[in-house]
Amino acid sequence: MSILEYAPSPETTAPHIRERYGLFIEGRWVSPASGRYVPTINPADESVLAEVAFAEAADVDRAVRAARKAYDKYWRKLSGAARAKYVYRIARAITERSRELAVLETLNGGKPIRESRDFDVPAAAAHFFYYAGWADKLEWALRAGRTAHPIGVCGQIVPWNFPLLMAAWKLAPALACGNTVVLKPAETTPLTALALAQIVAEADLPPGVVNVVTGDGSTGAALVEHDDVDKIAFTGSTEVGKIIARATAGTAKRLTLELGGKAANIVCADAPLDQAMEGIVNGIYFNQGHVCCAGSRLLVEERIHDEIIERLRARIETLRLGDPLDKNTDIGAINSRAQLDKIHELVDSGVEAGATLVQQSCWLPERGFFFPASFFTGVQPSHRIAREEIFGPVLSVMTFRTPEEAVEKANNTPYGLSAGVWTDKGSKNMWIAQQLRAGVVWCNTFNQFDPASPFGGYRESGFGREGGVHGLHEYLAH
Amino acid sequence: MLSYAPVEAVMLEQRAADLAKRSIKSTAKRAGIHLAIACCDLTTLEGKDSEGRVRSLCAKAIAPRPGWPGVPSVAAVCVYPSLVAAAKDAVRGSSVKVASVATAFPSGLSSLGVKLADTQAAIDAGADEIDMVIDRGAFLSGKEDVVFDQIAAVKRVCGDVHLKVILETGELGTYDNIRRASDLALAAGADFIKTSTGKIGVSATLPTALLMCEAIRDFHRATGQRRGLKVAGGVRTTKQALSYLVVVKETLGEPWLSPELFRIGASSLLDDLLMQLEKDVTGRYAGADYIPLG
Repeated sequence: MSILEYAPSPETTAPHIRERYGLFIEGRWVSPASGRYVPTINPADESVLAEVAFAEAADVDRAVRAARKAYDKYWRKLSGAARAKYVYRIARAITERSRELAVLETLNGGKPIRESRDFDVPAAAAHFFYYAGWADKLEWALRAGRTAHPIGVCGQIVPWNFPLLMAAWKLAPALACGNTVVLKPAETTPLTALALAQIVAEADLPPGVVNVVTGDGSTGAALVEHDDVDKIAFTGSTEVGKIIARATAGTAKRLTLELGGKAANIVCADAPLDQAMEGIVNGIYFNQGHVCCAGSRLLVEERIHDEIIERLRARIETLRLGDPLDKNTDIGAINSRAQLDKIHELVDSGVEAGATLVQQSCWLPERGFFFPASFFTGVQPSHRIAREEIFGPVLSVMTFRTPEEAVEKANNTPYGLSAGVWTDKGSKNMWIAQQLRAGVVWCNTFNQFDPASPFGGYRESGFGREGGVHGLHEYLAH
Repeated sequence: MLSYAPVEAVMLEQRAADLAKRSIKSTAKRAGIHLAIACCDLTTLEGKDSEGRVRSLCAKAIAPRPGWPGVPSVAAVCVYPSLVAAAKDAVRGSSVKVASVATAFPSGLSSLGVKLADTQAAIDAGADEIDMVIDRGAFLSGKEDVVFDQIAAVKRVCGDVHLKVILETGELGTYDNIRRASDLALAAGADFIKTSTGKIGVSATLPTALLMCEAIRDFHRATGQRRGLKVAGGVRTTKQALSYLVVVKETLGEPWLSPELFRIGASSLLDDLLMQLEKDVTGRYAGADYIPLG
């Protein structure tokens, strides 16, 4: 027993959760055509939180027609300033309900309350605030002489790792630019998107401007294949991204994809090591590693490999794994059993391939889906754990000898979403950053986000940008 | 030969901010308050200090809350050299130590001879601990050997008397400098490294304490020796004190959660710790007049 053992400190705010959620179409909560509802659970204890409507093609069609009608009848006719008023209203409502939304996000997704409270929810509000400000200034985002026109009806499909934040990334620019939306949350994490739908309803947005349809991959497919959708925006796996790209090929639909990653986090021998250690830990263990831009491949200069491993081994022992609602929890629950199985399968492949597994020594809760903070040493670039996205708290450590070799290894991946570089030498930092084929390169830091900064990938990490002025272009016809 | 350990401000401050978010409640809060009291260097360093003032401070140091069982004595009282004898007399028979600032506190801008004599006088008067200041002018102008040699010389005078080396981090300008000065002081023989004099605008901050903990941790890894940290200046609230304890716990580990290796230099903090303790026990906040003066 420690002298200063942190006592349990659970967040006590209880969000209102309905027993059953319908679909949010044309400003109202409606039943799915099939009458089918499916349970959604808390991954930390596998308890059922609510039942959620399962939308099929008929429901998706109804939502798209509502979005089309709202686009033609109201939304495209409104001035930018008028649209801004609504988007600001959503932003303020998120801020006002931030604690409730944070708890809901943690309950349904398993992430630590510290993250949902301090990152997901404030960042979601910030995104709405940022794009609300653009709504009446869209011409300034374009080249001189161009006028800004919305695209029309947007189908937006978001993942389970940052359910509310990804919904905000999609909705805010779309609405500010004058589009209407059908949003499809992830199968395992619908609750904050549904809470957002309620916020939209209370913000008095014209009916049909925002519609939310819950379901699984088949629901998403119905949305992607619907003829009257003008644009698809998808964040999720590369596998599904490829299917969507094929489905939209040869149609008039515009497409943006934000997909997987296997980011290199490059630590040179002259780096600020204590801060690099925090960047490594944040890079891979933030949100249990369920982060598409996670720094999941650690490339360290060979001469400091042992030093880094010793420090990392000690550092992961201080990570607190457990109840996601406890304010002192650093590592919460894995989002779903399927994801936990996938992590186990890839970790097993690493052990079989001969890499050395190091894990934090901690007790795992008996119920719920948990996986300890882990890393592999002795990883070879050919191992699956060096190539495939694990999407869990598992880091693969490799070495390099020169900056050229670091770049070569970092770029040796089909992905290209993010990367990190750690060195005290500015010129080396800039040189490496310029050579890296990744949408975001963080220098001497990791996982920094701002609504004003564009985010997106190279190669199999997708195309299109979200955030900043760049994010507006994806929702304007030109 | 010191190795160069660069520091990146953004991530250092982010880590400190994350640690400050630890939620210390119920049993942990009470344990933390007790520990913070036990680690206090109750300080009076004013030009108007007198023997009477020091005696009243010492009485509070020995028994911060008479009648409340379990409330520990503070670790030490910290005074100017000319008041060491009075303090020593007042704490006789208790566990409370007497610390004296020395070496031309707070600027450190005097000759080595005067600094050593200052130190010797405080020790002769009975000081158990010496809080020296480094010559920041020498450090910032690159004369690191001068700073090193002066610390080593003061330590020779101190012998077994505990030496705390004040870096005055608010004057060092960069985190790189603070790390460098920490490494230098530890190598020169400091038993403790201490953030501040409390006499300038910027005193202890959480990122600075974190950085100094990292230097102490690395020194321990390299030599096996445990050196201590003292934060001083601007620590006024229980919440702040608990944050420092969290930084020490998560950076240096359990062995450092002791007055042997961690101190908080403060004058008004103790009152807030007592007030929070009372609130924790009774559920109500006491008015300031219910907390005895020191």
